[in-house]
Amino acid sequence: MYFWVKIDKKRGLTIKRLPDKKGYFGNYGGRFAPETLIPALDELEKVYHASKKDRGFQKELLLLQRTYIGRPTPLYFAHRLTGLLAGAKIYLKREDLAHTGAHKINNAVGQALLAKKMGKTRLIAETGAGQHGVATATGAALMGLECEIYMGTDDIARQSLNVFRMKLLGAKVNEVSIGSRTLKDAINEAMRDWTTNVRTTHYVLGTAFGPNPFPAMVRDFQSVIGKEAKKQILFAEGRLPDYLVACVGGGSNSIGLFHEFLPEDVKMIGVEAGGRGVDTGDHAARFAGGSVGVLQGTKSYLLQDEDGNVLGTHSVSAGLDYAAVGPEHAYLKDTGRVQYTYAHDEEALNAFELLSRTEGIIPALESSHALAEVIKFAPRLSQDKIIIVNLSGRGDKDVQHVARIKGVLLS
Amino acid sequence: MSSRIAGKFREIRRKNSKAFIPYIMAGDPNIKRTCELIRILEDCGADIIELGVPFSDPLADGPTIQKAAQRALDEGVTLKKVIALVAELRLNTQIPIILMTYYNPIFKYGEERFALDASASGVDGIIVPDLPPDEADNLIKYSRKSRLDTIFLLAPTSTDIRIHKVARASTGFIYYVPITGITGAKLSPDSSVESHIAKIRSVTDKPIAVGFGISTPEEAAGISRFADGVIVGSAIVKRVVEPDEELKNYLLSLRNAIQ
Repeated sequence: MYFWVKIDKKRGLTIKRLPDKKGYFGNYGGRFAPETLIPALDELEKVYHASKKDRGFQKELLLLQRTYIGRPTPLYFAHRLTGLLAGAKIYLKREDLAHTGAHKINNAVGQALLAKKMGKTRLIAETGAGQHGVATATGAALMGLECEIYMGTDDIARQSLNVFRMKLLGAKVNEVSIGSRTLKDAINEAMRDWTTNVRTTHYVLGTAFGPNPFPAMVRDFQSVIGKEAKKQILFAEGRLPDYLVACVGGGSNSIGLFHEFLPEDVKMIGVEAGGRGVDTGDHAARFAGGSVGVLQGTKSYLLQDEDGNVLGTHSVSAGLDYAAVGPEHAYLKDTGRVQYTYAHDEEALNAFELLSRTEGIIPALESSHALAEVIKFAPRLSQDKIIIVNLSGRGDKDVQHVARIKGVLLS
Repeated sequence: MSSRIAGKFREIRRKNSKAFIPYIMAGDPNIKRTCELIRILEDCGADIIELGVPFSDPLADGPTIQKAAQRALDEGVTLKKVIALVAELRLNTQIPIILMTYYNPIFKYGEERFALDASASGVDGIIVPDLPPDEADNLIKYSRKSRLDTIFLLAPTSTDIRIHKVARASTGFIYYVPITGITGAKLSPDSSVESHIAKIRSVTDKPIAVGFGISTPEEAAGISRFADGVIVGSAIVKRVVEPDEELKNYLLSLRNAIQ
């Protein structure tokens, strides 16, 4: 829970706590879920709030963060990239170095711990890029829980390495071949499974989306990213950064970085997937091309047609290929606190290669969207400015996909 | 003024019978067939018709209705067209019609305008499976104004607080889902249906109809012993392209089982 400070001209300073009791961030959020799930969501909300005050739970989580996930992850000064772009100083928050290779593990381990507390014996999850599926399968193995993952046929094809990883970790991977065959349909299937098996199963939603309390809960588990980054930049530079940059699919890595800095004088940029171009319709830039709607439990910005049906999306990165965005981001967009932009497939692919060559770090294609924005605007800033980019995941999972795009045959 | 749905339930109670409520997807496989099907359903003794509005992401539906929705969307069927379809049907029939739609199409249409237009075209009630009463203040307000019944759902997981809340917000009838699951799932035979319905009856005298998972005349007969109405969806949707005689036989077997 954070305190959002807003200047009200008539009454002076007002302070708002978000989300409100019904899970709203301003006009966005809420709990648009089938009646069958409402008691489970009520219970989850109660257990999650209690866990925040439960010192035993927090101690257990902290121990796992340190000894299992490998936190704190480093804040690395990318000196070669900074030199090449000849502008602001660029720091990378190295979530790619967290166990399983992305920020997703922060949330998955937290929710697995909660599920265990609630006496659930089975975890389910959706996955796009496969990172959240791997993270949930890992959390399930760690806690000794059963695990099933839903993944779209198209995503299975482009992230086959992660599919095999999930299986190695003991999870069952269910292929979703209806609809767009990507993340959105995997969420629908996971919600159907949860509705059916709600008594024994916890749904580990992977992003800051879905019915209340998921958006706030996932944010809170991910906010460790920003808390660490704040300490680390103060240690390295003696001051706060000027900019934060992160990619936005559902929005969990970005809100995880931004959250701690919201009351501070720090500019923030969220980067969506511009795909083949916002004019082509082949993209996932919800703020640039969407409107307000309700999907999968929450009210937010959504790519939809005039009759309220959800449109297909495209992105080179499976993790950003989604028609809606977390409700807190919708709120931050409307209030102007965070600026949202997008990067095209090609720009992300160029950033993917550039970081690999200049820093010896292969970034996830998702994170490459954030880097693409940095490549655009860092050179325009003076050298005393500081940017922190969330390197939300590593690119090993994308290597085969990129090779295919480049026409390189791997045996 | 009492609604057409409430009136129908009173009439059925007087006859000491139970309501047969079939569900079909509007526009599956096309609008012309939907019009034919409504006549067939009425001829075979349907009391109320539940008309599905196709949506791209039907997360409370199983594979049968998901595919039906996809076929209807491919036909270009939208909420607007379904409302127009009901207006056309009203030239020939006075059977109560309920729309079952997900929330986003209504939200996009505009709740106030939707309630006005739906009611004006002859829609009697709405079921929105992803809209619990907690989020339905506006839709309830506009539906009351337009005399549109709002039918909310209860499930085996519902707590006492939820039962009170849903019973209060529902008009026309209360929709009880006897399984944890999605449409078209298998009905597991246990005694909990009876006890759950008894629990709901202890807080309300509104009619209770049961749907999800009912596909055979035996199941329909079993449920109709406790409920005021039986809703059959996926099992009918599977049969809408069968020859009319076979479909009618199936519908009549359901009708005769629900007493």
